[in-house]
Amino acid sequence: MSQININKVREQFPILHQEVNGKPLVYFDNAATTQKPQVVIDALSGYYSGYNANIHRGIHYLAEKATSAFEASRKSIQEFLNAPSSDEIIFTYGTTDGINLISNTYGRAFLSEGDEIIISTMEHHSNIVPWQMLCEEKGCVLKVIPISDDGELLMDEYHQMLSEKTKIVSVVYASNALGTINPVKEIIDAAHSVGAVAIIDAAQATSHIKIDVQSLDVDFICFSAHKLYGPTGMGALFGKRELLEKMPPWRGGGEMIKEVSFDKTTYNEIPYKFEAGTPNIADVVALKTALEYVNELGLENISAYEQELLAYATDRLEAIEGLKIVGKAREKVSVISFVMDGIHPQDIGVLLDQQGIAIRTGHHCTQPLMQRFGIVGTSRASFAVYNTKEEVDLLVEGLAKVKRFLL
Amino acid sequence: MTINEIQDEIIEDFELFDDWEGKYEYIIDLGKKLPELAEEHKQDENIIKGCQSVVWLHAYEEGGKVFYEADSQAIIVKGLVSMLTKVLSGQPAEEIMKADLYFIDKVGLASHLAQTRSNGLVAMLKQMKNYALAFTSKEATTK
Repeated sequence: MSQININKVREQFPILHQEVNGKPLVYFDNAATTQKPQVVIDALSGYYSGYNANIHRGIHYLAEKATSAFEASRKSIQEFLNAPSSDEIIFTYGTTDGINLISNTYGRAFLSEGDEIIISTMEHHSNIVPWQMLCEEKGCVLKVIPISDDGELLMDEYHQMLSEKTKIVSVVYASNALGTINPVKEIIDAAHSVGAVAIIDAAQATSHIKIDVQSLDVDFICFSAHKLYGPTGMGALFGKRELLEKMPPWRGGGEMIKEVSFDKTTYNEIPYKFEAGTPNIADVVALKTALEYVNELGLENISAYEQELLAYATDRLEAIEGLKIVGKAREKVSVISFVMDGIHPQDIGVLLDQQGIAIRTGHHCTQPLMQRFGIVGTSRASFAVYNTKEEVDLLVEGLAKVKRFLL
Repeated sequence: MTINEIQDEIIEDFELFDDWEGKYEYIIDLGKKLPELAEEHKQDENIIKGCQSVVWLHAYEEGGKVFYEADSQAIIVKGLVSMLTKVLSGQPAEEIMKADLYFIDKVGLASHLAQTRSNGLVAMLKQMKNYALAFTSKEATTK
């Protein structure tokens, strides 16, 4: 029995209570971004109406208050990920920015010609393109872990790919397009066995899976606030202290320096070395509120509830003739991708939208993965803690209507 | 018929529908009826890539008029493509270049031409006008 009081949860998300095209909104695009509870919206407006000031250098009351709230958020992320120290938490624009930071600092400083970077077939473009850019610049080689027809990594092939040439292994924790949860502990340990650093893209994982960076022994992990009931345009990167300290800075400017002269500039300590310019203070502050919200519900409770929805939706969708689920891994987050015989995903998306149902259609920024399955794209329904079985029923009815229209 | 006369006719057709279902059934029907573009015209140079679906557009000129043939992988886009070609195909290049396609808004399909739909229709419309421009400038130089 689920610990989630769904009516109470839904009350906290004002956006859900509206009609779209004359129908009650069913929001199943949570893997793209989750909606925000009232407390997060209040935290944002509370910052701007109560203590907006530029942080760190001010000596007045508001600057002190804003700085404390900003640093308290860093601390809350440290606790959320069980990182050893809050100095190891760098604020970013999001997961993409975090990966670009690593490739532009660690990658450019420590990789050279012939070194190998391993990613997987199910990576988002954000965990492909930065490495391709690095490979182009440095003459490194990108290797790709293949997957099974069910959408699971072929781990034997991964183990065989590893060698002393492997310098970076960067893999997604949970696939945005398939839902697959990857065996990240095994991936990280194997990377370490050849001396490579392990990077985990946790964009799709943080709202479903409890992450402990110490027990994972991961070197870098990136996530986005907006997929975790928090604000858009920010996220965080965890990196091990010894790595962050030896990495050169990336963006130059204010905040990241110790002293500047025209002859020589010295850089600030971590984490500030990587945070040039005035950061996204309001959203950082509101992320702390989002983490508190998630902690209060309990990630285990959220996940258990979502797994119930996933199982229910999987059963109901599989019963639709001509519908095939893409991604049938044994361990999945609450994401269902599917294709329907003779129907283009975009048509499904347009016709569901007319019925007030928001899903995502297309390649999900994973074109190589779509190529692997020989499809142009999928339709994807992804569930969050505020979704219900009744909404899944509406999706099933909506799809029946799509079929009547198109076939 | 002029471009505007065809547009007005489409607007009239759509007035028959009082809900989204009728409207989309009609568009889907148009999509199904639009003949598939010949394979020889489905070349890379005729592809207009949207984020979600591909549109093919082939254009040719005959007697000072521009003719379009188009296709798409997605049936609703194909229906919309069919409407665009119905309005513009066979019209003089100058008319196509200055055409104001008000029917899209009037029949409540403007969102399909919004950037967010990413379906290649915006690019297709631009390309249709580009072809018209190309044919007029070619005419101007040969005259």
